[in-house]
Amino acid sequence: MIEIENLRFAWPRAESDCLAIDRLSIAAGSTLFLYGPSGSGKSTLLGLLAGVLVARQGRVGVLDTDWSSLSGARRDALRADHVGYIFQQFNLLPYLNVIDNVLLPCRFSRLRHERAVRRSGSVQADAGALLAHVGLAAELWRRKAAELSVGQQQRVAAARALIGAPEIVIADEPTSALDAPLRDGFMDVLLRECRTAGSTLVFVSHDERLASRFDAQRSLASINRAAVHEAAA
Amino acid sequence: MRSLLSLAMRSAWNRRGTLSLVVASIALATLLLLSLERMRTDMRESFSQAVSGTDLIVGARTGPVQLMLYTVFRIGGATSNISMSSVQALQGHRAVAWVVPVSLGDSHRGFPVLGTTPAYFQHFRYGDRQPLALAQGQPFRGDLDGLFETVLGAEVAQRLGYRLGQRITLSHGAGGTPGLEHGDKPFTVAGILARTGTPVDRTVHVSLQGIQAIHLDWAAGSPMPGLVIPAEQARKFDLEPKEVTAALVGLKNRAAVFAVQRHVAALADEPLIAVLPGVALDELWGVIGVGERALLAMSGLVAVVSLAGLVAVVLAGLSERRRELAVLRAVGAGPRHVMLLLAAEGALVTLAGAVLGCVLTFAFIAAAGPLMQTRFGVTLQLSAPTQSQWILLSAVVLAGMLASLVPALRAYRLSLADGLSPRA
Repeated sequence: MIEIENLRFAWPRAESDCLAIDRLSIAAGSTLFLYGPSGSGKSTLLGLLAGVLVARQGRVGVLDTDWSSLSGARRDALRADHVGYIFQQFNLLPYLNVIDNVLLPCRFSRLRHERAVRRSGSVQADAGALLAHVGLAAELWRRKAAELSVGQQQRVAAARALIGAPEIVIADEPTSALDAPLRDGFMDVLLRECRTAGSTLVFVSHDERLASRFDAQRSLASINRAAVHEAAA
Repeated sequence: MRSLLSLAMRSAWNRRGTLSLVVASIALATLLLLSLERMRTDMRESFSQAVSGTDLIVGARTGPVQLMLYTVFRIGGATSNISMSSVQALQGHRAVAWVVPVSLGDSHRGFPVLGTTPAYFQHFRYGDRQPLALAQGQPFRGDLDGLFETVLGAEVAQRLGYRLGQRITLSHGAGGTPGLEHGDKPFTVAGILARTGTPVDRTVHVSLQGIQAIHLDWAAGSPMPGLVIPAEQARKFDLEPKEVTAALVGLKNRAAVFAVQRHVAALADEPLIAVLPGVALDELWGVIGVGERALLAMSGLVAVVSLAGLVAVVLAGLSERRRELAVLRAVGAGPRHVMLLLAAEGALVTLAGAVLGCVLTFAFIAAAGPLMQTRFGVTLQLSAPTQSQWILLSAVVLAGMLASLVPALRAYRLSLADGLSPRA
């Protein structure tokens, strides 16, 4: 599902590479836990996986397509169709209500729109079903996103990442703003829903207590040779 | 595209507090531009409609514009009078078809009083050579029986609610000074003219003899102490006027206009001037045009300033919205979507301002129109925008859209650089 080969990436005006990964392969439908301290290039790697950043060298492929072989507009279209993304926090547009936030990917992807309709009859019904699955009470669905608690917002973000069953879900420390009970509840919901949808989950966190819940675990420091070089230098 | 527009609208609505100030300033700039343009066109229209078919206006020597403003539009200060003998001499010129003497100076409740002869109703033309028509009654009679009869313009009758047969009194001068009333000699309304949209509508017409009669017991602009001549007695006096303000002249053949003009200027008895109304109007536009262009330039600057405000407000908001842009990028929006979103927001704000400005212009014209009509005889039309108004309006909207490209391009660059992790 996700293939990385000989990846080299440097930020503009940076002197050395920030990421150098020789090989990383993630099977379809599996869940991967990536951990590492802040500043180890986690967010950069996720940007590369989501096709927002492009590798200077090497291959980052999803669904057998190399991101760097596509134009900017095609990358945006491919991301809209196949990638769901969850941020650490501030996931939602404050001026939309909960349902409209969940439906955002369907505005940009016809494919996910159609899948949602196929599954539940209409996109609204599908958004409702997902929100029910992540445990958000129906009376909150018409509320403005800004009126929700952080834990509720993260659940809405999970529902949004999952609508239209994208092949890949990427989560960038989605639990770091949650306390322990909320965190566990969120993890249960996210893992269950990804399995139900058959989505491949790439989950980044520095909280290694979560690692055991995943099919595979990787330390970014161990696969990123750029960090090793830097440390050696 | 449609979903982007709805996102832009909801995002803008979320920041309506700040953006409404920008909308208001664009609306005011639009109001300024549109109402200025409306006044400009309608003033020209009204002025050029006010007199037609009159080949020359003859009066005491003064500026052509001043003479015409006073005799046709009752605007500005009185000019010196001309003697009736000059008017009669003019009548005798072989190229002259008709001469209508006019006498100004009195008023009735703020409306100017025009002393003239019954020939006025026969020869005076306005607009596209249309004659004056009576809505009710008839012109005052030229003889002693019609001495205290008056014919009202449509605006006078309507505004003051006068009907045929009603008696009104005139004031000396522009009115408003107590004691300077011709209260002892009331006039009876004999006729009411149909509306013309010209200064005729706000004029009270009486005979020259009537003007003479109310001033019998007056000297040097005030009543003579101890002398009272009742209205009934007035008919016994010589009421033939010695002087009038000016004369409207029609020619048998327009080709003779310059010959007659030279003839008038060369009359030895008193210094006279003969003015071609069209030429005087052109001269007037020449003078007014400078001011108009300056005003238009100022309004244009106001529009530029309010659009600069739009750019500043949207740009300032952008740094707080980098999260929003990153979220949009994560759900599949490209940098070009983000750019479109910002451009659409600017266009929406401009459009809202322009529409509000149109509404305000309509309201302003509806409110100020009657005042302009009574004070200056200029009819402001409450109608669909003129071509030049459309041009100004589209210029505002177009400039707003262009200005919105500034924050749009900035957002484009930001969302390219930030990707999914804004470093704000």
